[in-house]
Amino acid sequence: MIPFVLTAIFALVIYLILTAGSGNLGVWSASEIIAGIALALVTAGVTRRFLCRSGNYRMANPLRLLLIPVYILGPFLVEVTKANLDVAYRVITGNIRPGIIRVRSGLKTDLGIFMLANSITLTPGTITVDIDEETHDLFVHNINLAQGEESHESIQDHELFAIADLPAWIRRIAE
Amino acid sequence: MIDYWLPAALILVILIMLAAVRLWIGPTPADRALAVDTVNTLTVAVLILLGVAYRQIIFIDVAIVYALLSFVSTLFIAKYIGGEL
Amino acid sequence: MITDTIVLICLVIGILFNALGVLGLLRFPDVYTRMHATTKATTFGSVFTALAVIIYGGSLYYGTADPQYITLIIHTIIAALALAFTNAVSSHALARAAHKSGIKPAQAVVDRLGEARR
Repeated sequence: MIPFVLTAIFALVIYLILTAGSGNLGVWSASEIIAGIALALVTAGVTRRFLCRSGNYRMANPLRLLLIPVYILGPFLVEVTKANLDVAYRVITGNIRPGIIRVRSGLKTDLGIFMLANSITLTPGTITVDIDEETHDLFVHNINLAQGEESHESIQDHELFAIADLPAWIRRIAE
Repeated sequence: MIDYWLPAALILVILIMLAAVRLWIGPTPADRALAVDTVNTLTVAVLILLGVAYRQIIFIDVAIVYALLSFVSTLFIAKYIGGEL
Repeated sequence: MITDTIVLICLVIGILFNALGVLGLLRFPDVYTRMHATTKATTFGSVFTALAVIIYGGSLYYGTADPQYITLIIHTIIAALALAFTNAVSSHALARAAHKSGIKPAQAVVDRLGEARR
């Protein structure tokens, strides 16, 4: 029952965001709201198993959801800007020293690993290539390894980020 | 006020053609799939710019749907290249 | 006008990074390094083009108070978010598929994934 309700609310919110500005009941018209509720119930009936598959409802807490935009607009944006200046420098000069390294994360939840992998992909010089299913280690392709870094067996996740400690933020949101 | 949306869209279309060069010469299938992915991203940007240039909000809805559908197609091409399909 | 200048600056930044991404796609030696250029630079560039559209829509709404510009802003934000998430995930999928199909990273000094597979 709880997965059904959560999925329906989620679908309804997305429908209402997409149709905002259509009428005069708030910013929605009455027909859009009725259609949204009907479609949200149908969607929840079909997909209730997928959204809450892990069986814990930690992410339904609005405070954690509120932290996600703060994370994206704050430390993440700084790192992404630095990443793009770095990529611009590498494209123009062409000096690279690539390699695939193993990164320990220690994250347990699917959402946490998803956010960490995406953050790694969009930040300086690194993209996630694969994941070890048992230990949840990430394999990261690094475009410019520092001298001597290839001899390490694996490195901890926060060593990848220079300015802000993104893994700590992700732990605060998703763990 | 000058209209700068259409020139911007034109520059992005030229970039799409440059990405199509990699689609043409790319030595491995993965390179070609990557070029298609780039073309999809740039197409979404062009659709957003055209939506403003012609004052048609429906273009931006098309851009959202295009982004999500091209994502699914890229995932399936990746599964095929990786030999899981 | 000041908003016009800001919109133009965002647009130029967006096009510049898109151009760098495509240049990297043509210039780098193998599929993984090309992926660095396309994923980061074209996502950032497209998000900045969307940001230019958002600021432009905001200035139009400020002038006319027409609710259709609110729709324009919200839909552009959703398109940019969809782009940012799907781009990162599809690049993971492509990188994993490329490594599974046996493409070795060129000029690589270390390949831990290849060692783990063996």
